[in-house]
Amino acid sequence: MSDSQGPLWEVFVQKKSGQPFVHCGNLHAFDKEMALQNARDLYTRRMEGMALWVVLSEHIVASSPEDQGSFFEPANDKIFRHPTFYQVPDIIKHM
Amino acid sequence: MNHYKYILRLADNGLINSQRLTEWTGHGPFLEEDLALTNIALDILGRSKLLLEYAAKIDNTGKTEDTLAYHRGERDFFNTKLVEQPNGDYAQTIIKQVMVDYFDLLHYTELQKSKDETLAGIAAKSVKEITYHYRHTSNWVLRFGLGTEESNQRAQTALDELWRFSGELFYTDETEQWAIEQGIAVNVNLFKDKWTKTITSLFAEANLKLPENTFMQSGGKNGLHTEHLGYILAEMQSLARAFPMQKW
Repeated sequence: MSDSQGPLWEVFVQKKSGQPFVHCGNLHAFDKEMALQNARDLYTRRMEGMALWVVLSEHIVASSPEDQGSFFEPANDKIFRHPTFYQVPDIIKHM
Repeated sequence: MNHYKYILRLADNGLINSQRLTEWTGHGPFLEEDLALTNIALDILGRSKLLLEYAAKIDNTGKTEDTLAYHRGERDFFNTKLVEQPNGDYAQTIIKQVMVDYFDLLHYTELQKSKDETLAGIAAKSVKEITYHYRHTSNWVLRFGLGTEESNQRAQTALDELWRFSGELFYTDETEQWAIEQGIAVNVNLFKDKWTKTITSLFAEANLKLPENTFMQSGGKNGLHTEHLGYILAEMQSLARAFPMQKW
């Protein structure tokens, strides 16, 4: 195996039409088409999905662990933000 | 007999193609491509398994897919010489495989119309797989051809070496003629022009030149092979021959 395996890409798989794309892992590839094909071979061989997204890992902007306190904890004591008093109709499947 | 031999030609071409490709398993240029090529080889093996099973059934003398794969000698294998050629470097493997993939794509697309329902069924299952294989290998041809000077040179060397084996894909004889008349086989010469045009323009797009005045090799489809097939069979068959009735 060579040392240069190309840049890293993140892979998202959609199980069925209408459902969200879920992150399932990453891979190496040198271009977009190669990334898509490698994703197909690595992550959908066992009927895991019907559609794929690949994106260069460096294009994802991520929050860092140090941000956890200031980003997410202020929501802890604000349960009034949950719209629990709405009735969700039965036909809405994926809320 | 003609029916049996025709099916064996299809089966052997896949079996030997697959066996050759699996030599890359664990040695691919990088992990993802290693898996991709092994996956392709496995698809092709799956198709050949069905064809060998069917050949054994037509022959009806107690053979099985295993006896056909593991207990036939070199002269009784009817694959084209192209698929038994050494892998060489990765460019050489890709140049070989793209020619096989596009041929198989056109061939199995047509074979879906065969009057032989088993063959038509196997073809229908295979076409989707082969469509993907061709997409994968034709992409690699462009990467090699348009990559660096070295990658282009490697692909060109491979093409110079392998082009002379491409003619046999379209070789037909009385066996095939009989099967065509029965509506079992596809007349491969009906899509020879399409194959040549598409493959030639793919190579041209990749800045690769076809060698000129090539004398086309043949013989494989009648059991006359290059020296390479013997070594493939030795490796593929040794275990089954050392322990004939063994199960694992």
